[in-house]
Amino acid sequence: MQQGLKEKAIQLLKDGTVDRVLGWKTGEFFYDLTPAVFRTPEEVEKDFVFSVFSGANLSKYLIAESRKGGKVAAFLKPCDTYSFQQLLKEHRILRENVYVVGVQCDGTCDIEKIKAAGCEGVTAVREEGESLVAETLYGEKTIAKKDALLERCTVCKSHKLVVFDELIGEQGEEQDAGRFAEVEKLEKMTPEERYGFWRGELSRCIRCNACRNVCPACSCEKCIFDNPDSGARNKAAADSFEENMFHIIRAFHVAARCTDCGECSRVCPQHIPLHLLNRKFIKDIDELYGEYQAGADMDTKPPLMDFDKGDCEPSVVYKRGGEKA
Amino acid sequence: MQVNGEFQPTIVAFCCNWCSYAGADLSGTNRLQYPANVKIIRIPCSCRLNPLFILRAFQRGADGVILCGCHPGDCHYTTGNYYARRRMTLLFSMLDYLGIEKERTRVEWVSAAEGGKFAATMNEFVQTVTKLGPNRRLEDLRCSKD
Repeated sequence: MQQGLKEKAIQLLKDGTVDRVLGWKTGEFFYDLTPAVFRTPEEVEKDFVFSVFSGANLSKYLIAESRKGGKVAAFLKPCDTYSFQQLLKEHRILRENVYVVGVQCDGTCDIEKIKAAGCEGVTAVREEGESLVAETLYGEKTIAKKDALLERCTVCKSHKLVVFDELIGEQGEEQDAGRFAEVEKLEKMTPEERYGFWRGELSRCIRCNACRNVCPACSCEKCIFDNPDSGARNKAAADSFEENMFHIIRAFHVAARCTDCGECSRVCPQHIPLHLLNRKFIKDIDELYGEYQAGADMDTKPPLMDFDKGDCEPSVVYKRGGEKA
Repeated sequence: MQVNGEFQPTIVAFCCNWCSYAGADLSGTNRLQYPANVKIIRIPCSCRLNPLFILRAFQRGADGVILCGCHPGDCHYTTGNYYARRRMTLLFSMLDYLGIEKERTRVEWVSAAEGGKFAATMNEFVQTVTKLGPNRRLEDLRCSKD
């Protein structure tokens, strides 16, 4: 796969279709792939990497890249194309300056899960069919790829690429892999248990703002959390209220625009399951206002910018799920 | 807030200028009583209520927050309350999901002619929140006055 992408990038640069390519290169560690812009075929040959760790969603970078003049090619996986289309819908990306190369994907992996599977001192990981071979300081170890997938990939919502100029691999289909199962589990708990669960998770937040930085939906050019005078830019969360408020409002700001790409949870250094907040909104919207997938098309109205005279009353929340909900 | 050793909740009521705010006025001129715990904040339309305002009210010491707006279909700006209805439904559901008592938040539609409904709603809401006790799950200790 990597060779195919490399050749495509080099070809696009050589024939002048684009003058930059947005892809991934190795960061601090081999599993830490960071988005990077390549300007020459030589750079691509040297640094371009595509592997099971190419999880980073490149669509957000196109907001800035598409405005720098010239044309940029970007490699987007199926879930990334949803974010891309959502940004197009919001007029954030200049479509004419972007050449989208769709890449079919069979899941990206989480290094923490590989480590947890008993691989210590991992120096490289390669794919061999359905399994991953981890080269470690103590020899090679093989684990099943499905055990090392990122959470979002285990419940992948779609293999369909909703927008592309060119496709590498096969076009796929939307699927239902039960991504709301975790949310349902939480809904079945008592309020006390839920409160305990979320305090345990959110109290780990160090307010590094990684979830904000990576989120394609959370892409204002000016943000209150960058303003040192706002009083809201605490480096470490001051108390439980701050943690709750930050995450409720973060999730609310992207409600109905979140495509559930799962980047927030992937980048969280404290491993807080932030996608569970976003998914709760998606699930509520699906149940109360009809199924809606952000980024799936260009013409439907987002549920929070729309209404129906027959909408349920907010009191529906008190009735739902009986005593326990 | 503790008064003579007894818990007295602080309730913030966001009232739409065109209906509930006048409804509150009407209940006053009709000599209908509602508890003094209710602090009314006038907003131009129920859809002016940013979800952040509700959290902010809890932070600054509210034990319950209620939003009163025009009945659906009667909005002064035609459609504002329809948007507010969707937003509040999602926000309340999220607060419940985080384990915060759902009875602390409420939306009621009160027209300018419904002074009686306003007083009754407030009486009932204050009772409910008194039973729940002080807001502990969404409080900010830095803002605490106790």
